[in-house]
Amino acid sequence: MHSRRDELLAVLVILPSIVLLAIFVYAFIGQSIKASVTDWGQRAALSLNPEIHYVGMQNYKDLFTGFLGMRFRQDLTSMIFFTALFVVVALAVGLGLATLVDHLVWGEAVLRTVFLFPMSLSFVVTGTIWRWLLQPRGGINQLPTVVGLPAGQFLWLSSREQRLAFDWAALPHYGCWMLAIALGALAWTNFRRARPGTARRQAVATAALLALAVSGVARRLAILDFPEMHGFNVAIWGVVIAAVWQQSGYTMALYLAGLRTIPDELREAARVDGASRFQIYRYVELPMLTPITVSAVVILGHIALKIFDLIFAMAGPDHAPTSVPAITMFLKTFRGNEFAVGSAIGVVLLVLVSLLIIPYVSTSFREGGDQ
Amino acid sequence: MPAKGATRVFVQALALLLAVVYLIPVYMTIVTSLKSPEEISHLQAWSLPASANWGSYSIAFRRFAPYLKNSFVLAAVATLLSASMGAINGYVMSKYPFPGSRVVMPLIVFGMFIPYQSVLVPLFQFLQKTRLYGGLPGLIVVHVVYGLPITTLLFRSFYAEIPDELLGAARIDGAGFAGIFRYLILPLSGPPFLVVGIWQFTQIWNEFLFAVTLARPDAQPITVALANLAGGQAVSWNLPMAGSVLAALPTVAIYVLLGRYFVRGLLAGALKG
Repeated sequence: MHSRRDELLAVLVILPSIVLLAIFVYAFIGQSIKASVTDWGQRAALSLNPEIHYVGMQNYKDLFTGFLGMRFRQDLTSMIFFTALFVVVALAVGLGLATLVDHLVWGEAVLRTVFLFPMSLSFVVTGTIWRWLLQPRGGINQLPTVVGLPAGQFLWLSSREQRLAFDWAALPHYGCWMLAIALGALAWTNFRRARPGTARRQAVATAALLALAVSGVARRLAILDFPEMHGFNVAIWGVVIAAVWQQSGYTMALYLAGLRTIPDELREAARVDGASRFQIYRYVELPMLTPITVSAVVILGHIALKIFDLIFAMAGPDHAPTSVPAITMFLKTFRGNEFAVGSAIGVVLLVLVSLLIIPYVSTSFREGGDQ
Repeated sequence: MPAKGATRVFVQALALLLAVVYLIPVYMTIVTSLKSPEEISHLQAWSLPASANWGSYSIAFRRFAPYLKNSFVLAAVATLLSASMGAINGYVMSKYPFPGSRVVMPLIVFGMFIPYQSVLVPLFQFLQKTRLYGGLPGLIVVHVVYGLPITTLLFRSFYAEIPDELLGAARIDGAGFAGIFRYLILPLSGPPFLVVGIWQFTQIWNEFLFAVTLARPDAQPITVALANLAGGQAVSWNLPMAGSVLAALPTVAIYVLLGRYFVRGLLAGALKG
């Protein structure tokens, strides 16, 4: 057993790190939250003893429903679209690459290195290179001319086009529909699994939500006085391509590690049972990769929610079509000296990332006790 | 599991084709960096330069030298400090768990996932109050502290694999907390230091948010200098491309030479990987 003295010593040497993290992570988060409910900004920002007033949730209200929060609302929309596209495409490409590399006869090490090397670059280098490639008359649009075709005209980063537009004011209305669909699906599965009690309660809630949505009550709960259209900025595609180029090798490495840990006996057993190669892949290997997909979604998702450097390098902080909350936070805080608003955006990002990370971290540390 | 028969050719060909696609940005970067400014006509973006013009590299290098130096100092010092502290923390966490350490560990790890925007304003203020704002020492402190979660986590999982019996034997021989670390744990720590060192160096070298918000122009790392150069409108593209190569060289070299250790850090960072 450890002696008392050694136990004391152990706590003593780890204490500085714990104190540092307690301050730099938790106390600073607390201060950000505190700053976000004040009017700290502009002139007050730079004086030594600024006069700061408590304003409650006003900054958050302004961001989500105020007149000046329009840019932030589009940023948030862009961030959600970017995250969804990036995660889905990077997962699909990574899984495809891992499957390919796993089946290679020769050259595995070299090809794996090629697919993974962009991970060692910074987002700034990736962004600079792709900024050049995706110029209106840059490398990618010129690619068809190499084989004698006319050059592409697509405005990868500078397009102002917007698709899938929706009215921000009607978010409660959309929310009702989405919640109704989700609850309805849950009710159906519970019904199928012979849990009539839960299914009935969920069905009632679904019906209530549908009634709210269909009757138009939810639509009248508009959160803005005016309709305000937001949607998917087509220019985001350029950022998705660059991000996938850099990160898909990472998903490949995760999946490849997963494929390699599947015991050969499992494949052998399936083969003996008459499964084809494709069936083995589909029914033995893919299901075993589900935990890796969960990890990858969380890791890629939190990278996407925080994305800043890549967009800064590809399009600059002032290019609205590709802006995200992290960019606006930078502009508000360090150009506009609006510390309260910047803090509020930081807190919103923290909440979104936490929704993804807290369940992940807490289950990783609970599972298998020590690991 | 290698493919057989006709799929074998198909798999091989498709993988090669994709490798070519992945290398397109590399080709374009190098080709463009070697062209003269006049030659970078958009209509010949894909062609090789008439003759290699290394001038862009010497201009870019002269321009970037101070920032490359900043990045080297920053990454080297912060990596060394955060790895050393992480090793001690990992030793304590894996071999000397204390009351509450099972709660403290996830709280520490959460720190590596937070969006730094949520601590940036208080951090900025803190550095100003402590007069660390703007210089390399301030950036080093920031990178050491925010590097602690990952270094602690990585060392903890490495040290967890050292059997406790070994520690027990050392204890019978009279070694205490410090002696065991010095004579048993440290000699076994080569690979973990390599993995953690590579990971931290790459992360810090590539970092941008702290660099662009917490450093004055003379203390800026290479990422900020590159973003500023490429973001300026007047520059012709051979310079940013040469600059990108210079900024990428150290981390790419580490990856090519020590790829195995790089990937281990990468996978361990995913907690369950």
